[in-house]
Amino acid sequence: MSVAAADPPPAREQHAHRRRLPNWLKANLLLLPTSVWFAFLLVIPTAIIVGYSLGKRGIIDPVHFSWGHLIWSNYTEALNTIYLPIFIRSIEYAAISTLLCVVLGFPLAYWIARFGGRLRNVYLVLVIIPFLTSYLIRMYAWQFILQRNGLLNRLLGDVGLGRNHEFLNHPSAVILGLTYGFLPFMILPLYASIERMDKALVEASYDLGHGKISTFFRVILPSTAPGLVAGVLLVFIPAVGDFITPELLGGVRTQMIGTTIADQFGGTQNWPLGSSMSILLTAFILIGVFVYLRRVGEEAL
Amino acid sequence: MRTKPAKSALRPRYLKLHAVLVFGFLFAPIVVLVTFSFNKARSGTDWTGFSTHWYHALVHNHDALQAFRNTLKVAITATIVATIIGTLAAFALTRFKFHGRAGYNSLVFISLVMPEVVMGISLLVFFVKFAHQELGLTTVILSHITFCIAFVVVVVKARLSSFDNRLVEAAADLGATPLQSFLRIVLPLAAPGIFAGAMLAFTISLDDVVITFFTSGPGSTTLPLYIFGQLKFGVSPSINALSTFVLLFSFVLLAIGGAFSVRAARRGAGAIDATALA
Repeated sequence: MSVAAADPPPAREQHAHRRRLPNWLKANLLLLPTSVWFAFLLVIPTAIIVGYSLGKRGIIDPVHFSWGHLIWSNYTEALNTIYLPIFIRSIEYAAISTLLCVVLGFPLAYWIARFGGRLRNVYLVLVIIPFLTSYLIRMYAWQFILQRNGLLNRLLGDVGLGRNHEFLNHPSAVILGLTYGFLPFMILPLYASIERMDKALVEASYDLGHGKISTFFRVILPSTAPGLVAGVLLVFIPAVGDFITPELLGGVRTQMIGTTIADQFGGTQNWPLGSSMSILLTAFILIGVFVYLRRVGEEAL
Repeated sequence: MRTKPAKSALRPRYLKLHAVLVFGFLFAPIVVLVTFSFNKARSGTDWTGFSTHWYHALVHNHDALQAFRNTLKVAITATIVATIIGTLAAFALTRFKFHGRAGYNSLVFISLVMPEVVMGISLLVFFVKFAHQELGLTTVILSHITFCIAFVVVVVKARLSSFDNRLVEAAADLGATPLQSFLRIVLPLAAPGIFAGAMLAFTISLDDVVITFFTSGPGSTTLPLYIFGQLKFGVSPSINALSTFVLLFSFVLLAIGGAFSVRAARRGAGAIDATALA
């Protein structure tokens, strides 16, 4: 006892020594490099885009910005009858792709987690491989298959169905590409939460007389909600602003907002309009994520 | 009870069929791409015989080789810098409570969800109009570090959040200095997370097209950007060969990374055992 009583003072001294720097200072020192980095290469660039979105389109200099003369019409122009449909189309394509990813991904994730057996890790690697291989190359593979002198037309021609079909530049080609591209992003989080799910719950539900459909909606879906919420975010967010897929598999009719923004800084040279579109798209995603997590995520995550 | 085996006997069969189809969907395009990189024909999808001609041509394609060198330079530099400063930030965000922590987490989140096009354009405008920096390899590397940091932070944070702080306290009670306990307990336990974060950063940097598209200048083309540019001239077997090369390169990295992370995880677990014994 007396030994134990004699022990604390040196220990406390040591603690005092360790905490000579207050925690907030230590934290800020550790954060300093990232803070400086983000300040210069994330916050300032974003602030410039906000400023440009309130500027006037110029001829020699692409943007004239003045504090006393903020131009709000870039925002109304970004939402006019030409560009609003592009916004809506992007959301539509991303939403349909997300839904398709759930429909394709959930049963697969469920099968791997519950019935994968000894090969479970092999199946998982088969999902991770496309997850880690170049998105561009995977889209190019579809371009190779779907283009006018591509593989699909050739195969159709061989069986006498004509070899001159137009598959690209069609909404379904872009949606196919987005679904294909982001499917692994849905499967992996779904797998993680299905694997954690208590199997006894499913059996209990059957024993209590619930059918398959009722068990799915009342037991399986709620207990895998965290994975589903994460998967939906991981697919929808990159899909809605995607640039590569509409560029490679789409055309004028299927233009999405990502390509439209890029155009304003490339060919069209309307930087203020492109900036206002960028701010609207980013704001939409942030507000959307916030509302979505508020409504479904809070109990799920 | 009697109905249960029948149900679970039926379910897997349909699920298995579904799984086979989805795996087919995931891999068929890649298989097609790789197969046709060995096609003799100059263009189109007529199979005229097996040939490695397009791979031989690749070796003499100076633009592609230069792009590959650039890709490696960018990815390696970006990964090292982003891993170091991102790990420091992850430590701060998990091990200390301080004002503005929630705000900081939001900043990391914003950089993760910001559309690539928007980030690319904002960096382009920043470099050209604000920093008066000529676009080139430097601006590409700076941009890649920017988007890699958040991925490192998130992955390392996930690893550290399951960290048992009592281990550090125990080490301190046993007389370890803060530096000792950091080097011998915290770092080995965090190592798998840091490694995973670095791997993710490297893969993402390696594959990036969009942000590189906006922030690169003459002479700083990376391999994905080179492929993206070539696609404008239409599909050709040499792009198939180049794509196959990129895929193979990612597979090798994935295999090496997988082997390392298993070892790192074991070593991390070993550190727990060691401290448990001590």
